[in-house]
Amino acid sequence: MKSLAELEAIRNKNKNQVGLRREGEGTRIVVGMATCGIAAGARPVLTAFTEEVGKRGLAHVTVNQTGCIGMCRYEPIVEVMAPGKEKVTYVHMTPEKAARVVAEHIVNGHVVTEYTIGANVEQ
Amino acid sequence: MDFARAHILVCGGTGCTSSGSQKIIDTLHEELAAHGLDKEIKVIRTGCFGLCALGPIMVVYPEGAFYSMVKPEDIKEIVEEHLLKGRIVTRLLYEETVSDGSAETKSLNDVDFYKKQMRIALRNCGVIDPENIEEYIGVDGYAALGKVLTSMTPEEVIEVVKASGLRGRGGAGFPTGMKWMFTARADGSNGKYVACNADEGDPGAFMDRSVLEGDPHAIIEAMAIAAYAVGADQGYIYIRAEYPIAVSRLRIAIDQAREYGLLGKNIFGTDFCFDLDIRLGAGAFVCGEETALMTSIEGHRGEPRPRPPFPANKGLWQKPTLLNNVETYANIPQIINNGAEWFNKIGTEKSKGTKVFALGGKIKNTGLVEVPMGTTLREIVEEIGGGIPNGKKFKAAQTGGPSGGCIPAELLDIEIDYDSLMSIGSMMGSGGLIVMDEDTCMVDIAKFFLEFTVDESCGKCSPCRIGTKRMLEILEKITSGRGEMEDIDRLEELAENIKQSALCGLGQTAPNPVLSTLRYFRNEYIAHVRDKRCPAGVCKALMAYTIDPEKCKGCSICAKQCPVGAISGEIKSPFVIDREKCIKCGVCMEKCPFKAISNK
Ligand SMILES: Cc1cc2nc3c(=O)[nH]c(=O)nc-3n(C[C@H](O)[C@H](O)[C@H](O)COP(=O)(O)O)c2cc1C
Repeated sequence: MKSLAELEAIRNKNKNQVGLRREGEGTRIVVGMATCGIAAGARPVLTAFTEEVGKRGLAHVTVNQTGCIGMCRYEPIVEVMAPGKEKVTYVHMTPEKAARVVAEHIVNGHVVTEYTIGANVEQ
Repeated sequence: MDFARAHILVCGGTGCTSSGSQKIIDTLHEELAAHGLDKEIKVIRTGCFGLCALGPIMVVYPEGAFYSMVKPEDIKEIVEEHLLKGRIVTRLLYEETVSDGSAETKSLNDVDFYKKQMRIALRNCGVIDPENIEEYIGVDGYAALGKVLTSMTPEEVIEVVKASGLRGRGGAGFPTGMKWMFTARADGSNGKYVACNADEGDPGAFMDRSVLEGDPHAIIEAMAIAAYAVGADQGYIYIRAEYPIAVSRLRIAIDQAREYGLLGKNIFGTDFCFDLDIRLGAGAFVCGEETALMTSIEGHRGEPRPRPPFPANKGLWQKPTLLNNVETYANIPQIINNGAEWFNKIGTEKSKGTKVFALGGKIKNTGLVEVPMGTTLREIVEEIGGGIPNGKKFKAAQTGGPSGGCIPAELLDIEIDYDSLMSIGSMMGSGGLIVMDEDTCMVDIAKFFLEFTVDESCGKCSPCRIGTKRMLEILEKITSGRGEMEDIDRLEELAENIKQSALCGLGQTAPNPVLSTLRYFRNEYIAHVRDKRCPAGVCKALMAYTIDPEKCKGCSICAKQCPVGAISGEIKSPFVIDREKCIKCGVCMEKCPFKAISNK
């Protein structure tokens, strides 16, 4: 170890990983992974979220799964819950959409309105 | 990309390892691979979670789902339900985390066992992978060392430790900052050392083992900080060979620290050089005593020597040596990171910070707990510990092991710190806390600890070698029903003499268990001596099995079970035991369906 900067670099690389194990803080991305979700293609969506979060080294963001929330025809459904903000529900998700949600919503704080349930109800 | 969306933490402490956690880890790997989840879910073997009674323990993050007493057969279901579909297997969770009715599980921090705990020394145990230095760095590891080396003078470091109020966790509670200062001031032109006492010989104690198993880098970091502060360039960790998991994790940690340049030459690009080696002890209690420990590190038979000179002036190879306990060191990086004031605010007036206790004996939640100094014994026993099993009553708690004493029920509300324990005739010791219920005989307990010290006495000084043996003989006489009232006085006289004349702490404190039981449970001694009776029904020689004619239904089960034909009677009328023939095996009492037989 030659310098503080070197230590800092290793810390930043690992903080995110270990941070997953502290409870109840940060943003949660929740993917519906019941039979209906999986059948509609939730698995690659989950993987895409995991990869995006990992690639960007986003501390305090966790990717969780949940069971069926009762709106099976909108699956794959993904909910984003950030502390102090209202829950955002995305529907008919794909891996490509996942990448955009991470870039725009999680990183920059702009909800991708066109993917939300509100914009898709009438269809 | 090695980012995983879920982490499965499996306890790899000694407790859970012996209840089969390695098999759990293997099965997890198989099942995860079978479901194609092995890339996105990581399995981490951690150190101790503390709740050893419920092992093997496994926690899944990000949900924080706490599975207890996990069996390899359960893994398939957990993988398929929880990890694949996101449905936590509530049935297998630690029952206290499952709040009634609601689908949400309770956070671990809200369950009784953890609620009142505060984790400083155990901060990373059960959180990080102890065999991966990067995880330690990820939780701010080695930041304190970096800070100290690049922005503080040795004097400033010592000032912080002094101001924190930290006292030695190895038993005596000596102010750590003072010890560092004395060692720093000693002439080190011929060399100076730092050493870590990981001997942990106190029966029932496993705090230090758990810290080393769960967070070995914290000790390495702290020793490097200490070395910088006192001016040493070589350190030794003295650990008993009976701790194979801790030894192996320490070895791995030292190798990794060297590889990352956190041990060795010019650490953080400064002039500071430091390296560390392990020395294995053979598990003699006396080798935990500081002068014996150093003699043992030097390669000689581990015997103590008189002090002064103290190790701060003449330690290893006659050179100034700083010796601290594992848990003492474990506090150091956080004191540096968070400041002396932060630490100083925790605890009582004269005892700052937290203390780790190994909770054992007649208690529901056997395990490792860390509480702020000043927590009451009642909180530890009844709330964190979950109380006494089988509806029995609390009788006493023993702290300080063979050097300590017992605390009776009247003193349950005592706020635990170094001075309060001392004032009631016990001591903090290294942190063993053994709970005893109404079925424990206090004379027998005193005898147990004395047997231990007699065995462990190194024999160098006669008060300890001969004196403790004589005390034990008196106790044996009393528990076998041959005691005289004068024996109690003799015990007390001998005890005082040994305390004053023994060479080292082992002998000086050996009489404590006897003195403290005499202080709080004198009546039990008198019952043994005068009435030839053991009130708890433990001392075999004094047991008298009798059948209560009121309760006996005359079923004859006892008579049929008795191996020596000592019980007779007529069906449907009370039976009797022939004392002459009875061998006190206790079978009759166990088998009586009407609880009509007693041995007290
Ligand atoms: C018989 C005997 C056994 C001891 N065993 C230990 C031990 O296992 N671990 C320990 O840290 N200190 C033990 N000590 C205390 C050490 O002598 C010493 O005080 C301590 O390691 C200093 O570290 P500290 O100031 O950080 O507490 C023992 C003392 C005696 C008299």
